[in-house]
Parts: sequence; structure tokens; C-alpha cells
Amino acid sequence: MLSRRHVLSLAPAAALLMLGGRAWAAPQRVIAVGGALTELIYELGAQGELVGVDSTSLYPSDATKLPNVGYARTLAAEGLLSLAPTMVVATEEAGPPAVLRQLEAAKVPLHVLRAEHRFEGVLERTKALGELLGRQRQATALSQKLQAEWTASRAQVTQLAAGHRAPRVLFVLSNAANQARIAGSATAADAMIGYAAATNALGDAQGYKMLSPEAAIAAAPDVILATTQGLDASGGIDGLLKLPGLAQTPAGQSKRVVVMETMALLGFGPRTPKALTTLAQALHAPAGAGKTA
Amino acid sequence: MNSVGSALPSPLAAASSRRTWSRPMLLTAALVLTVIVAVQFGAVPIAASDWLNGPWSDATKTGGAHVLWQLRLPRLGLTLAVGAALGLAGALSQALFRNPMAEPSLLGVTSGAAAAVALTLTVFASLHAVLPAQARLWLLPLVGFGGALAVCFSLDRLSRWLAPGSIAALLLCGLALQAMTFAVVGLCSFIANDDQLRAINFWTLGSLAGANWIMAAVMGGALLVLGTLALRVAPRLNALALGEAAAAHVGIDVERLRWQCITMVALLSALAVAWCGNIAFIGLMAPHLARQLVGADQHHVLPNAMLAGALLLVVADTLARTLAVPAEIPVGVFSALIGAPWFLFLLRGAVRRMGSA
Repeated sequence: MLSRRHVLSLAPAAALLMLGGRAWAAPQRVIAVGGALTELIYELGAQGELVGVDSTSLYPSDATKLPNVGYARTLAAEGLLSLAPTMVVATEEAGPPAVLRQLEAAKVPLHVLRAEHRFEGVLERTKALGELLGRQRQATALSQKLQAEWTASRAQVTQLAAGHRAPRVLFVLSNAANQARIAGSATAADAMIGYAAATNALGDAQGYKMLSPEAAIAAAPDVILATTQGLDASGGIDGLLKLPGLAQTPAGQSKRVVVMETMALLGFGPRTPKALTTLAQALHAPAGAGKTA
Repeated sequence: MNSVGSALPSPLAAASSRRTWSRPMLLTAALVLTVIVAVQFGAVPIAASDWLNGPWSDATKTGGAHVLWQLRLPRLGLTLAVGAALGLAGALSQALFRNPMAEPSLLGVTSGAAAAVALTLTVFASLHAVLPAQARLWLLPLVGFGGALAVCFSLDRLSRWLAPGSIAALLLCGLALQAMTFAVVGLCSFIANDDQLRAINFWTLGSLAGANWIMAAVMGGALLVLGTLALRVAPRLNALALGEAAAAHVGIDVERLRWQCITMVALLSALAVAWCGNIAFIGLMAPHLARQLVGADQHHVLPNAMLAGALLLVVADTLARTLAVPAEIPVGVFSALIGAPWFLFLLRGAVRRMGSA
């Protein structure tokens, strides 16, 4: 028979075993605030533990069937708690701060993952989520897969970009038929344009700026980059080119508009390597090529 | 002290006294009923046992009891207090300006707070990094409160200097100052980065989501003190209704009355706006409702405007937090959506009565 002493000395080892194997871990109830985090959770095969997502979680489409906690910056404590989460994972965008404090007071662990516009950030978030959800093995495999895709994509970009001038690209974010914002440096769009070996035509400015006709003409973009959602709002490529100033740019003259899905292009999630390939192929295509989705 | 009400002929006074007691009772009953409904409804179902686990017990750390005692009840308390404060501030503004379109924002309170917050978020963004974490939580409410009071009192100074004694000039100076503060907010939005822009936006929309017991207690305490003080100026506000000159003739120090009213309005709405952002329409709407119910005597208008403001805001906030569960709709949407049609309905009644008189 084991003495009491023996049992005590075995306890830490048993605890380690429990932590290491998933079989013992109770399933989590996770709320994901941030579209890219939701995508990563699906990639890790942990979607069964998701009980709620935010309004930017549009991909995969199954995620939109989950309870929606609203816009990341206007969360509601009681709404979050009604889903009985054991964990909330969010990007730094989540707020307002008062509601985050209420969550803390209700003893719901809140994990804020850094949202940065670098591919390495995707790997860091994959690792962090893997640890939080007890899926380190899947996270390592996903990281390796994403890294391989990324390396291939970067090599392809180098190949595509060789032998001609880097195209000047203007990212236009429009949410209505007659107004739009354009992306300067320190934005997700700027980072993707840079990775695609192109030049941000508005690189001198910082952050998103209201589109002004003269600034657009002065930026002289060869290509206009837009999102599917934005294009729907502004009435297709023709509607987009009606925005003041855009028609007079080289891109407007040759009608070179590249269109991509918002979260794929700007989300910095598991779809980023493939999005980069698509983007680079479209940006470096010979002049005269039209719309790419 | 003179009272306009006592000068009324007796049959009218009797009718008016019936009205001043039965209708506020109805309003109070409506408010109590709304509060009961508001406590029951929410994203998390509340069990009867959650009520028994008072805020002192361990059970309130998590689950339904926590939601009830730490989220829903303090929020309801803050909503009641903010609604009443906005209603009172609106009634005082309308009495002071003798204008049914006046509301606290005409004194620059809302725009002053917005400008101060916008400046703190953008130009003085580095301030955030310097402050310790605990102080950061209170930074925006304090700055908003300071901005509201600063604009309010500089408006008072400015109008005294430009056109001493004229309440119309005060109103016009207020419009000019408001334009300037909006320019500051516009400039801050222009230099703001994406995050800062959204923070400014969130703040101008208004929300009661961050409520806790401290906020509810401070707001309730301020309401108690300022409400009592407001009732004490009611007789003089009644006299002011006859005009500034007439009020001065019956021995009222209009300057002093103005100063007292502005201070009360500034404190009430600055507190509300500092914690909850800009909640539209309650300050304009509640005094009208009160006058419809109890007539023009400020003794009755002021407390009933508080009741009406509280009722309106509790209804609006309950809809805001229950209709889109688990998300939340901005409360300003509902305060305007319920308030505006009701306001039009009252207007129709008031115009008819004027036509028949």
C-alpha cells in the first residue's frame, strides 16, 4: 500500500501528465474577438470550443452562425457572460476598457494577443492560441505549414517583381458611394503592399486619411487596391472610379483595380500567405489586366 | 419669496393641484414598473436564488448573481441617476433661457467634454504612457468633466463681458463656442490614427456599459444635493418666466440666479457626459413631458423632469442591451428613437391647446 508521503510526491507528476495530454483537459468555452483569431481557431480544429465571435469573424462562413457579440470595440459585459465563456481571446482592438474590467471582475480570463502587421505576428498568435487551447501539436503543425506557404509565396513575389519597376499602389477603403479613406504607412494594407514588392503610393502619410482628389492625383498610383466589401458599397469598379480624383490617376485611366476580400487581405491570419500570392500576381500582372478577386 | 402659483384664482388652483399630484404618481408608477422589467431582462437569465445571494456573499463572484449585483443593478442605478440628472439639467436650462428648445448642450457641456477627450486621445496621447495604470482608468472621465466645466464657465465669463445680463447673448455665445469646440474635435479626428479615431467616435456615441457601483453612487449623491438646491431656486425661476426685467422688479438678483443655474447644469451634465459620453435628447425631452403633466410651476416641473428623464433613459438602455444579445446597440439610438416621436406627439397637443385658448 502506498503511504501518504508517496501519494504526495506523485501528485506533481500526475499534474504534469494532466497538463501535457489533451485527453484530461476539459473543453473550453471560447469567445474570439477578431476575425483572424477565429480563422486560426478553425485551423487548429478547435471550432467546437468556440461559443461566440465578433462582427469581423466572417470566415469561414460557419463562424457567422455562432452568436455574435458585436463590434470588437463596443463589447457588452453581460452579453459576453451570457455565453458562459471560460476564456475570451481578443486582439488589442477589443474594448471599451470599462467592459474589459468588468470581465476581469467576473473572473473570465481575457487573453489579449498583439495585433501587428507582420507575418511573424501570425506565427506568434498561432503559438499563443495553441497553448491556450491545449493544442500545441496542431499549432506547431499549422505554423510549419504557414511558414512553408509564406516562404513559397515570398519566393514567388521576388520572381514576379523581377525585371520591372515596382508598381505604385493606392489602397482605397470605401464604405459609401461618395466617400473613401486611403491607407498611408503603418496600416495593414501598407504592410501587404510592401510584402508584395510594390510601393504604397501614399507611403508618406501615416494611417488612414480621407481621400482628397488632389492627394490621389499626386500619389499617381498605377494600381488601385480595394476590398470586395468596399466595392459593393461604392457600386463596383465603375462606382469606385467615380470617387473624386481616382479617374485622373494612371490606375483610373487604365482601369487597373485589384479587389480582394477584406479579412484575407488585411487580417494577418492563416489566409495571409495565399492572399500575398494572389495580391502579388495581380499587382505585377502586365498592364491592361483587369479585376482580380 | 414670491410664488406665481399662489396668485392663481382658486378653481384653477384646485384643478392644478389635482393634476400636480395624480400625474406624478402615474409617472412614478410607470418608472417603478419599467425598473422591475429592466432588472428581469438581460442577456443572462437571473434566478430567484441570485437575489438571495447579496453582494456581500461569495456567490457573487461569478454566474447570475455576479451579473445581477455587479453589472445589471449598478448599471440600472447609474441609468436612473444619469437620466434624472439630464432631465433636471434640461429643465433648469429651459427655465433659465426661457426657451423650450434649450438643453444642457447649449451651455457647451457636451462639446467641451468631447473636445477635451479628443485632445487627450490625440495631441496628449503620450500622457497615457506616463500615468500609472490605476490613474489611466479615471483619466478620460476626469478630463471630460474638466472640459465640460471649462467651456461652460468660460461661456459665462465671455457672455458677461460681451453683453452683460442678456440671456439671449449667452445663448448665442454658446453657439459660437460650440462651433469652436467642434472645430477642435474635427482637427483631432484629422490628426488621429485609426485607433484614436475609433476611441473618439465611441466616446461621442454614448454608452452606459461601463457602469459600476462607484459611478452610480457618485451620480446619485450629486443628484440628491443638486436636486435639493434646484428646488430652492424654483420660486425664483417661476418669476424669471415673466421676463428678466419683471424678475428684477420683484427683487430677484437675476445675475446670481443665472450663476447658480449654470453651475448646477454644468455639474449635472458634466458628470453624466464624463462617464457615459453624449446621450442625446433626454435633456430636451424630459422637461417637455413634465410640463405636459403638471403645468409650468417649476416646483413641480423640476422633480417630474427628473422622473421623466429617468424613465426615458431606463427604457432606452433596456432596449439597447436586450435587443441584439449578446451584442449591444448604442443607447443614443433608442433615446432618440423613442424620444423624437413622443416629442412630436406632445408638440401636436401643445399647439392644439394654444389654438383653442
